Amino acid sequence: MTDGLGSFPGGLVLDGQKKRSTLTAIRKTPLSKKLILPLQQHIGEPSTPLVAVGDYVLKGQKIAKANGHVSACLHAPSSGTIVAIDDQPVPHPSGLSAPCVTIETDGEDRWIERQPIHDFTALTEHEVRQRLRDAGIVGLGGAGFPSYIKLNPGVHHHVDTLIINGAECEPYITCDDMIMRERAEGILDGVEIMRYALRVKHCVIAIEDNKPEAISAMEMALKQRPHIEDTIVTVIPTRYPTGSEKQLIQVVTNKQVPSHGLPIDIGIVCHNVGTTYAIGRAISHGEPLISRIVTVTGKDVKHAGNFETLFGTPMDELLAFCETQREPGQPFILGGPMMGYNLSGDHLPVTKTANCIIVGVDEPAPDIKPLPCIRCGECATACPVSLLPQQLYWHSRAKDLDKTREYNLFDCIECGCCSYVCPSKIPLVHYFRFAKTETMNQQQERAKSDVARIRHENRLARLELEKHEKELRHQQRKAALAASQANKENAEPSQSDSQEKK
Amino acid sequence: MFTAIVAITLMALIFGLLLGFASIHFKVEGDPIVEQIDKLLPQTQCGQCSFAGCRPYAEAIASGEADINRCPPGGEATIQALSDLLEVEVKPLDDECGVEKPKMLAVIDEDRCIGCTLCIQACPVDAILGAAKQMHTVIADECTGCELCLPPCPVDCIDMVETKPNPNTWRWPDPAHVDLKIGDQP
Repeated sequence: MTDGLGSFPGGLVLDGQKKRSTLTAIRKTPLSKKLILPLQQHIGEPSTPLVAVGDYVLKGQKIAKANGHVSACLHAPSSGTIVAIDDQPVPHPSGLSAPCVTIETDGEDRWIERQPIHDFTALTEHEVRQRLRDAGIVGLGGAGFPSYIKLNPGVHHHVDTLIINGAECEPYITCDDMIMRERAEGILDGVEIMRYALRVKHCVIAIEDNKPEAISAMEMALKQRPHIEDTIVTVIPTRYPTGSEKQLIQVVTNKQVPSHGLPIDIGIVCHNVGTTYAIGRAISHGEPLISRIVTVTGKDVKHAGNFETLFGTPMDELLAFCETQREPGQPFILGGPMMGYNLSGDHLPVTKTANCIIVGVDEPAPDIKPLPCIRCGECATACPVSLLPQQLYWHSRAKDLDKTREYNLFDCIECGCCSYVCPSKIPLVHYFRFAKTETMNQQQERAKSDVARIRHENRLARLELEKHEKELRHQQRKAALAASQANKENAEPSQSDSQEKK
Repeated sequence: MFTAIVAITLMALIFGLLLGFASIHFKVEGDPIVEQIDKLLPQTQCGQCSFAGCRPYAEAIASGEADINRCPPGGEATIQALSDLLEVEVKPLDDECGVEKPKMLAVIDEDRCIGCTLCIQACPVDAILGAAKQMHTVIADECTGCELCLPPCPVDCIDMVETKPNPNTWRWPDPAHVDLKIGDQP
């Protein structure tokens, strides 16, 4: 079945470490007393709250609306009272706070009235997308891009292939694996809806060959729905980072997404299996996105596994539920060991993009200082995007940001392959993230200074105009005064003349 | 021999005409180097460089009157950018002009403001809103943090506060400067 597959350059074969968290079925995390919901859990503008402190909300009630095109709605994951709308620490590498809505749950978990759609073909494609937008669905693979936008090909594009991403290439993470094993039916609901919204027939469900249970579950479910035509499960070789969108497309279709381009430019749309399941729930059951499957794993976790967790649940409660040997304040990894980042806060909420929490990696990297680059070129061999990490490293280090852009810094997917293979243990990806945020910041500042320049120039022009007008008025008054004086002088001699005559 | 002379003369004439045409039709208005320098300056219009704003300073740099290291708000990054543009050597910031500070924002204590409009007249980018005997306020998005509104205020009601980063404006720290533990690396 692997015939006709393409491949991408570089990449790594990693030790999966996935067994630990796939031994038990998906469990539900107990309802937390407090749910903290950041207003920005997606790419784009933060959502705008629709509730006030003191309001009572039902489970599934919309509590914040999308603000603009690239934004997402937010819903109450359980019933309760809004107790705060303020800045709270959020799971972000900076450790900073951001605006959040906090709900104190009442334990009743009372649903708002749901509107399931049994026959989605009765809706137009536009209505389907609108419902998904209202349901707050974003990409659950990790990026959090609003899904309804990716389901709108527009008039200029034609979609040939829909790819359902079940690769899950990063070690430790198993939430997609488990959802495919246990909820294959629900995923197919989502597949049908997406095929309808995109008007595409051909659909490929791509799964890495280290997940035999998920592959057979998906194939079984597909067999029971013979009406889904032209949809296949494709087994792809296990190699990191196959799960990255552009790399997966290269493997499945042997086509490359152009630099600065989108998959839609070559007629492909790619969605994660978790997102697909959520789309099925949103339409067929009328349930907005209020929970996700989170993998909790690592050598310090007693009951590793996958947990269906409501958004806003504090991560420390989730970790306590798994009986983790973690001291308060001890850092843990959010995301996978390759692309994730360390967090150390205690009351950080689970968000739409939180796919995995790792407490204690099995082989922590040795605690040594990075050594000088020996120019071995291993990083360039490992790079799945064919970049030159070594050149990027020199230029990032020298803060020569223009040069890093010339070397296509923004094509870097931050997969971490280069850092992993570096014999000198140079944190290459950290340099690239630094250079990226620095560049974006510089662009923002440049835009701001351009505005300031225009405002200053306008002000100078206005002052000049005012000065000119004042001068003009002054001259007019002077002229008027001179004229009236001249009149007087003209009048006076005639008076004296007449006096003389007398 | 004769044809060669004629050919060369003709070519000289044609190219001369072309050049003459180009110099009239593709004439560059203004002094582009001043524009380029001005683009690199932070546009705070603060005058710490001893010139009356960013453009006058840009003109002074272009004419060689001023050095490239007289802009504290731009700091090291601006000096670097100017040295790249003008191909001169990087110099440390002239401490006579001031020191590089984090980005600041002017905030008016609205209870103490008497509505004298003096700060409005001082603001180089029209970022203060208000009218005579009415409370004034700073438009935070437009404030460049130049501090020019501070001296004229008779009641001292303007404070400079550091702008706090949020997760969207936050930048990854420079790995060359932080003592990274390997566990911290992505």
